[in-house]
Amino acid sequence: MTLDRAVAGIFLLVCLIYGYTAFVTMQAHLLPFELNMTFLPNTMPKWLSVLGVIVALVVIIQSGPEEDAEIDASEIDYRNLRQYKLGQALLLIGLMVAYALLLHPIGFLLATSLFLAGGGFILGEHNYRLLLPISISTAFLIWYLVQEVLGIFLRPWPWFI
Amino acid sequence: MLDGILLGLDAALSLQNLMMVIAGCLIGTIIGMLPGLGPMSIIAIMIPVAIKIGDPSAALILLAGVYYGAIFGGSTSSILINAPGIAGTVATAFDGYPLARKGKAGKALTIAAVSSFAGGTVGAVLLMGFAPALASVALLFHSAEYFALMIVGLSAISAFAGTGQVAKALMMTVLGVMLATLGESAQFNAPRFTMGIMDLQSGISFITLAMALFAFPEAMYLVLDPKRSNTGSADGEIKDLRISRKEAKQIAPVIGRQSVQGFLIGVLPGAGATLASFLGYAVERNLAKGEDRAEFGKGSVKGLSAPETANNAACTGSFVPLLTLGIPGSGTTAILLGALIALNVTPGPRLMVDNPTIFWSVIISMYIGNVVLLILNLPLIPYIAKLLMVPRNYLIPFILFFTMMGSYIGQNNSTELLLLTGMGIIATIMRFAGFPLAPMLIGFILGQMLEDNFARAMNLSDGISFMWERPMTTILLIIAVLLIFLPSMREKIAAKRGSKVADGD
Repeated sequence: MTLDRAVAGIFLLVCLIYGYTAFVTMQAHLLPFELNMTFLPNTMPKWLSVLGVIVALVVIIQSGPEEDAEIDASEIDYRNLRQYKLGQALLLIGLMVAYALLLHPIGFLLATSLFLAGGGFILGEHNYRLLLPISISTAFLIWYLVQEVLGIFLRPWPWFI
Repeated sequence: MLDGILLGLDAALSLQNLMMVIAGCLIGTIIGMLPGLGPMSIIAIMIPVAIKIGDPSAALILLAGVYYGAIFGGSTSSILINAPGIAGTVATAFDGYPLARKGKAGKALTIAAVSSFAGGTVGAVLLMGFAPALASVALLFHSAEYFALMIVGLSAISAFAGTGQVAKALMMTVLGVMLATLGESAQFNAPRFTMGIMDLQSGISFITLAMALFAFPEAMYLVLDPKRSNTGSADGEIKDLRISRKEAKQIAPVIGRQSVQGFLIGVLPGAGATLASFLGYAVERNLAKGEDRAEFGKGSVKGLSAPETANNAACTGSFVPLLTLGIPGSGTTAILLGALIALNVTPGPRLMVDNPTIFWSVIISMYIGNVVLLILNLPLIPYIAKLLMVPRNYLIPFILFFTMMGSYIGQNNSTELLLLTGMGIIATIMRFAGFPLAPMLIGFILGQMLEDNFARAMNLSDGISFMWERPMTTILLIIAVLLIFLPSMREKIAAKRGSKVADGD
């Protein structure tokens, strides 16, 4: 099974769940007076789920295995992910998740400096004398611009300060 | 009218006001480059400054400068790092980013600046001439027509997809509209499809989705395949800054068409710059022939020029309902309306009669804003484009960081960042599978407006009868259906012809 068929299949599943919610669950939760209204919260979702199922089926039928040959040089061949820097990509995603979780507890300045330096490190930068000052000064500069100049609050320090 | 223009020129050309335009353009450009801070938020931030000035003309001139600067700044991040910060510049990334990857970032920025300038200028001229007349036309558009216009916009997306990709593009559009139904909407009293998760109650924010669909997969691609980071000119030189004569010939008709079309779409309240840029791109792609068309999406100068011209012309167009009817057609003009009222000016039919100086100085200042922006930015372009020469080890973490900042600043909610990462991973997988991602974002942007107008139209006509009772709606809907089926029909006809030729041989 090709990846696009799999994606279309998952989409079909999503549409069915979405459609079930629209046709059954939401219908059951409607208030009595709402039943007389022309446009309901689930009116458009109903149309969308039907349309979605049709389109997903068309994609599943249309996309055949013959596409193997046409892989653009600028695209990435997902069948051979190992030939790319998959580890770096996964580590960076992990770093983003860590940033999201740590941003509030440890504050913007520290989290951002760590993120930028960590990102550079993952990508293979070992010139710490350059990497660290750049990361820290960027974090400070952006914080200054956003909070002090534009007046949008960003908590700079960890929770205990 | 000539009196008015002279009055406006007189007000706008004082030294103080010229300084205002220059300051506004600079501030707008610099802040606008940060994804997440679009013209709307920058103008909102600048309002206190504008009110302190006191003189309504000067204040409006400053805000107009900020507005244009922000739009240009927004296209910069679309072109350089594929991170469209506002909906209006999404279409700019389609061809602007490929151009930048070919090492022609300087040229792409120049084309964007020139197209924006032309679009804005033609828009300002049209605004002068036709504002009062157009205001009455805009009122003819009811929610039924808006609904149909959105449907046309969504179907035109099939134009973005290559041959045989129409079904995939449609699937992504439907997915985008579905995402738009998440959370609470203005129409109903209860959240929908939130699965009980509090953070989803306000729905998914546009900027998060835009970053997840465009900037995140691109950054992942850059990580996965280090060869992608070589953007053509390895020596770090910015060449090809100038537009060649051939390219100028190519984009001149595009600018001509799109400035008028974009302006007209901008006049319709609610449609605005976003729809104008998408429709502009789609129309130009359909008009282009042969090789020209194949270029679209791979770095076509026409494909870059069309949305840039259209969105600036539409921005100017959106001032028509604001100044003549007092109806803000877009978020940005709504904020400007607030600023005007704070300055004790009430826009509306009487503005032109009661306060001609303000009316005309706004229009003239738009024009001056465009000129100043062009003069200021053309010399800056080589430096802005140099950003791409930052080594990969630094550039990629910075792109990821700005992506996250974009969705964080507006909400101050770190769940948004997790959502961004999750959706970004899904988007990367979909890109692997060859699904176009732009239609999803467009579906999401237009989805909410689509549902609101659909609801209003259905309530007004007590059912879906409006689809065939209102001629303009019917015509627009027929166009939409044609747009979807035209590519596959054309393909079949071409195949038939091709086989005939082969038979003849």
